[in-house]
Amino acid sequence: MFITKYIQEVWGAVRSLATGLRRTMYYFTHHKEIITQQYPDNRETLVLPERFKGEVIMPHDDKNEHRCTGCTACELACPNGTIKVITKFDIKPEGKKKKAIDKLVYHLELCTMCNLCVQACPSDAIKMAQTFEHSVFDRGLLTKILNNPGSKIMDGVE
Amino acid sequence: MWSFSGLATGIDAWLTQRFNPALSLTIEMVLAGIAVITLFAVLGLVLVLMERKVSAWMQIRLGPNRVGPKGILQSLADTLKLLVKEGLTPNSADKLLFNFAPFLAIIVAMLLMAPIAFAKDLQLWDLNIGVLYISAVSSIMVISILIAGWSSNNKYSLMGAMRSGAQIVSYELSAGLSVLSVVVLVGSLQVSDIIKSQADGWWIFKGHIPMVVSFVTFIIAVTAETNRAPFDLAEAESELTAGFHTEYSGMKFALFFLAEYVNVFIVCAVGATLFLGGWMPFHIGHWQGFNHVMDYIPSSLWFFGKTFLLIFVIMWFRWTFPRLRIDQLLNLEWKYLLPISMVNLLVTTAMAILGWHF
Repeated sequence: MFITKYIQEVWGAVRSLATGLRRTMYYFTHHKEIITQQYPDNRETLVLPERFKGEVIMPHDDKNEHRCTGCTACELACPNGTIKVITKFDIKPEGKKKKAIDKLVYHLELCTMCNLCVQACPSDAIKMAQTFEHSVFDRGLLTKILNNPGSKIMDGVE
Repeated sequence: MWSFSGLATGIDAWLTQRFNPALSLTIEMVLAGIAVITLFAVLGLVLVLMERKVSAWMQIRLGPNRVGPKGILQSLADTLKLLVKEGLTPNSADKLLFNFAPFLAIIVAMLLMAPIAFAKDLQLWDLNIGVLYISAVSSIMVISILIAGWSSNNKYSLMGAMRSGAQIVSYELSAGLSVLSVVVLVGSLQVSDIIKSQADGWWIFKGHIPMVVSFVTFIIAVTAETNRAPFDLAEAESELTAGFHTEYSGMKFALFFLAEYVNVFIVCAVGATLFLGGWMPFHIGHWQGFNHVMDYIPSSLWFFGKTFLLIFVIMWFRWTFPRLRIDQLLNLEWKYLLPISMVNLLVTTAMAILGWHF
C-alpha cells in the first residue's frame, strides 16, 4: 500500500542518516583515532605504511652483489622512460660471453612511483624504498645509478 | 535573576541628561549598531574556527593547530589575508549589482539581529510580530544570492543562484509551518511572549511528539535555507566551483562568508528561542528547588549554550551527509517535509485548542 511504503521510506531514511551521524560522532569524541602525522615534528619517530612507495632502489648484499641480470624488463615496463639499462658483456672463465648490467640509470625526476618496474622484474632485483625527502637544488642529482660501483651479479641468479 | 534592563536604563538616563532626546536616541542607535557589528566579527571568527575544528575531528584530522595556542588565531589570520586581498570586479559584470550583492547579504543578516533576545531584557527591538519579521526578512537573503549570481555574468554563478532560489522558496514553506506550530501553541508572534510561555518547560518537552517533529523539520529546513551541506547546491564546489560567489574575491567574498555564518547563528538562535526556550533556564514544571538552582546560571549563558548546541548539530549534519541532487532536494521538500509538517500543524492546532499540552 502507498502509505505504508511512504512511512517505510521515511523510517529507512531516518535510520540510515542516524547511522552516519553516530559514526561521525564517534570520531568526534575519540581523538586517539586521529591519523594525521605532524611530519616535521615527528621526523625521528615517523612510521610509514608498509606499501609506501618513495623511490626505486636496488638492494645489495654485504659482498656487493645484486640480483639484476640486465634483462631490461623494467625498462620495457616503465611507462615514461624513467629507467635505462646499459648492458655490457662479461667474459666467463670458460670463454663464454654473458650479458650483465654496466649501469642501471634511474631518473627520479620522471618517476611516478607506479611500481610497474618492480612487478615486471623476474629476479626481484629492484624494490621500492620508503625514503621520500627527495628535494635537491640541482636537477642532475635526481638521476641515479642504482647499482653500486664494482658490484656484480649474485651467483645462481639467471 | 540579573537583567540587562538596569544597564540599558542607566545609559539612557545618562544620555538624556546631557543631550536632547533626538541626539541621545541617535547615540543609542549607534551604540547598538556598534554592538551588533562587534558581535558579527566575533561570531565570524568563532564560528569559522569551530567549523574547522569540528570538521577536522569528524574526519579524523587535527584541524588548525599552528597559528596561536591550539590554533585559535587561525581565523583571525585568514580574515587579515582576506582584508589585504584585491576585491576584483570582472570586466563584463554588472558593476553596481555585483558590488551591492555582498552588502545586501550582510544587511539582511544585520536586520535579523533586531528581534533576537540574547539574554533577559537584552533585545534590540521587541516588536509584536517578531517571528513574522524574522521569516519575512530572511527571505530577502535569496535576493542577494540571485543578484550575485546574475550580475557575475558567469554560467556557474547563475546556475548556483537559480538553484538557491528554487531551494529557499520551497524550504521556506516547511520552516514557516514548523514555526507556526509554536505560534499556534503560544498564541503570540512576539519573541518575548514566546520565551515567557516557556518558563515552566520548553516547548520541545511541553508539546509532546508533534513539537519534536516540527523541531526536526525546522532544523532540516533552516539547514537548507542557509545553503549549508547537505543542501549546499548553491555553492556545490565540485560542480559549480563556488556557485554564486565564484567571481568574488577579497573582502566581498568575506562578506558572503560572514553572512553565511551569521545566518547560521541567527536561525539557530531562532530555533533555540522557539523550541528550547531562548534565554529561559531549564525549568521542570513546579519543582521550585530545582528551578531556583537553574536560575543561578546567567540567562545569556543559557541562550548562547542552546544556540551553539544547535550550530553544532548543523555542523554535524554538514560533515556527515553527502550533497543532494537538485531533484532529490525538491522531492524531499515537496513529497516529504511539506506533507509531514502540514499534518503536524493540524495535530498541533488540535492540541492547542483542546489544551492537551502541559
